[in-house]
Amino acid sequence: MATKLPPTDAVVVGLGWAGAIIANQLVDAGLKVVGVERGPWRDTARDFNIASVTDELRYAQRQELMLRTAQNTITLRNNPTQTALPMRQWGSFHPGNGTGGAGNHWAGITFRFQPEEFRLKSHLEERYGADSIPDELSLQDWGTDWEEMEPHYDAFEKIAGTSGRAGQLASGRQEGGNPFEGVRSSDYPTPPLKQPYSPTLFAETAREMGYQPFPVPSSLVSEAYTNPLGVTMGPCTFCGFCTNYGCANYSKASAITTVLPALIRKENFEARTHCEVLKVTTDSDGRRATGIVYVDSAGRRWEQPAEIVVIAAFTFENVRLMLTSNIGEAYDPATRRGTTGRNYAYQTANNVQLFFDDKNFNPYIGAGAVGMGIDEFNNDNFDHAGLGFFGGGSTRVTPIGATPINARPTPPGTPRWGSNWKRATVDNYASTMTIGCEASNYSSPNNYLSLDPTYRDRLGRPLLRITFDFTENDLRMAQYVTEKTAEIARRMNPRQIVANPRTGPWDGRPYQSSHVVGGFVMGADPSNSSVNKHLQVWGVPNLFVVGASAFPQNPGYNPTGTVGALAFKAADGIVNHYLRNPGEMIST
Amino acid sequence: MKHKDDDAAPGGLTRRQLLGSSAALLVGASGAASGLTFQGTPEWKPFDNVAVEPVDTEAEWQFFTDEEAATVEAIVERLIPADDLSMSGKDAGCAVFIDRQLAGAYGGYERLYMHGPFQDGTPEQGDQSALTPRQRYRLGLGALNDHCRNEHGAVFAELGEDQRDRLLAQLEDEEIQLDDIDTPIFFELVLKNTMEGFFADPIHGGNRDMVSWKMLGFPGARYDYRNYVERHNEDLGFEPVSIGGRPDWQTQG
Repeated sequence: MATKLPPTDAVVVGLGWAGAIIANQLVDAGLKVVGVERGPWRDTARDFNIASVTDELRYAQRQELMLRTAQNTITLRNNPTQTALPMRQWGSFHPGNGTGGAGNHWAGITFRFQPEEFRLKSHLEERYGADSIPDELSLQDWGTDWEEMEPHYDAFEKIAGTSGRAGQLASGRQEGGNPFEGVRSSDYPTPPLKQPYSPTLFAETAREMGYQPFPVPSSLVSEAYTNPLGVTMGPCTFCGFCTNYGCANYSKASAITTVLPALIRKENFEARTHCEVLKVTTDSDGRRATGIVYVDSAGRRWEQPAEIVVIAAFTFENVRLMLTSNIGEAYDPATRRGTTGRNYAYQTANNVQLFFDDKNFNPYIGAGAVGMGIDEFNNDNFDHAGLGFFGGGSTRVTPIGATPINARPTPPGTPRWGSNWKRATVDNYASTMTIGCEASNYSSPNNYLSLDPTYRDRLGRPLLRITFDFTENDLRMAQYVTEKTAEIARRMNPRQIVANPRTGPWDGRPYQSSHVVGGFVMGADPSNSSVNKHLQVWGVPNLFVVGASAFPQNPGYNPTGTVGALAFKAADGIVNHYLRNPGEMIST
Repeated sequence: MKHKDDDAAPGGLTRRQLLGSSAALLVGASGAASGLTFQGTPEWKPFDNVAVEPVDTEAEWQFFTDEEAATVEAIVERLIPADDLSMSGKDAGCAVFIDRQLAGAYGGYERLYMHGPFQDGTPEQGDQSALTPRQRYRLGLGALNDHCRNEHGAVFAELGEDQRDRLLAQLEDEEIQLDDIDTPIFFELVLKNTMEGFFADPIHGGNRDMVSWKMLGFPGARYDYRNYVERHNEDLGFEPVSIGGRPDWQTQG
């Protein structure tokens, strides 16, 4: 039995990017807010010290910052005929744990989705015909639009100090920025980072070929920056221990470097860590969330009543909590009914390796989000008529720092041990670079999230089950964009190129990206979405579920910028609409 | 602001900060809640979450028996042979590294989901073995030496370099099926751990004198390349540095 605690105005589950942003906005609106976090309180000075953070074995191999799979993991299968088995060690993706969440060990790449994305289905039907979208895809509009989203992207970038160069401002096209982005209300808060050699070389070649390269937008600040909450960050030093690591230098934006230092000092906020939420409680007819039940680190159960419940955990836990709390109808791929677990999607990661003889890239100099990219082959920026697929990818060179347990590229056919292995490893370490193409992943009726019938977590709850494989659409797209990427690579004239388009089946073992999205998607229609455009749950108006779980499909961009924008959007909906009319669905 | 020690906190913060809201008061008054409650300015001691104890490379074997240790040394010496590029994996401390890893949390997969049912799946579903790394080494090394005794009349460590290389290649190509353990589960783990030991920071017991970093030109635990990031296609000539420093820093002046 859970012990009931005195009520609070709002409880926020998860203190990563989304939860910290929303909690802060609600506290500023005068609400008393309790934040509940499964993992530990993390602090840069104590957890990510310069003297010890540069430890590849600890952070990359042993996954120090990731959620322990012993605590919670997922089961996976490629299709419903298979029996899902547990991911015992994180491979394909890296869920985080503790305050800051996956936003501590992220790369920092901070794209805005393009205006067309928010009405993708309508856009493609308008451009290519009403019957153009193949049956294997379940693309949807988001129920919102660019005009509604843009101010929230702007707010997030100002919190994060995002560095970059605008491509589109109200005053018109800006030279050197991304020409394909939506029109921005303001430029990036900090200027672009300096560029290492490999992105510079890529950009020169891309420009020669008529493309329009731009600095990859990055929430690694390029100069000292104080955000609107009064929190100050320091410039990125390109230390090369970035993705998979916490930043020792207050340069990589995360909830712990940009929001929580201010929020924790506010009187109406309280954070409870090491507390894992078991379910959302509802009243007898399920029309109102009454609070949450959580278990603390001694195994005791507590019920926290709240007037407003915000679920802002990672995609997987958002959806699992909705399934275990019976919020919405669980999706059934056989009937295609139900919305909870629907439209799970991922990212289609491709790359081309370039092996040179005459280059020294100093590949240990890097950062998760320093680099140059082009968007000519992303999303619907090119004509898809007759190509047999939709979607595309962000083509870019972003040297994250070549730490040597993992970053030892050698050409195919090289032995994996012995003297010849060693020779090839030394010969290629400094002279190899990679062009990545982080491409879209379009949702499909067969890709979904559900509760596993067999495997349970340490608390006896079912694990979340992923049923996922790449669609024919995405595999064709992968071939196309990888060939376009290889054209640039050949023009750069290396000794050898190796093109690695994503092929099926989806493989849970090698890391691809943590860009898992969907399963509790936003939209305008309760029959195919779980939350409205304010991230408010259909039929349970005091419950908000925020994060990449709301994406109806995934474009060829990294998700975090949009997660941050949606957090601001949800907070705006609560503060400026819901509080004025509590208990009602927001209709504006 | 009042503070109260939280005795149930698993590592991390050792202080709990209370109060402000009635909920927190009640939690405190019950004397039972074991989450950590934060409000106001968080307290911290510098470095209290980050220390990693450097491995004592001179200590006795922590996990391996003497025969197992000799076998692992004879393996890592061939996976990473001594040549003009570097000392061998054995001399670089890879066996010591693996021994210390197996003796610690990693060796028991303490952080991993190890609940059954354990069943074979597709390759894409990943490692589904119920065996921990400690068990994999114990079974695999024993089975390898059994194989060597049966086929070659001597344990692995007593065989010549060429014969050891042939055996390792046969394990890699699954031309040998070991008793008691899946050959690839054993071989792939040994290969991965050997490379971890050779390339990880020396504080973990391998990569003696940062030998692999010097070999690659990896500068190690440096911190600030702002003045170098735009020096393109140039050998910057960095001497590597470990989390534990660099030998010449410790020389008495």
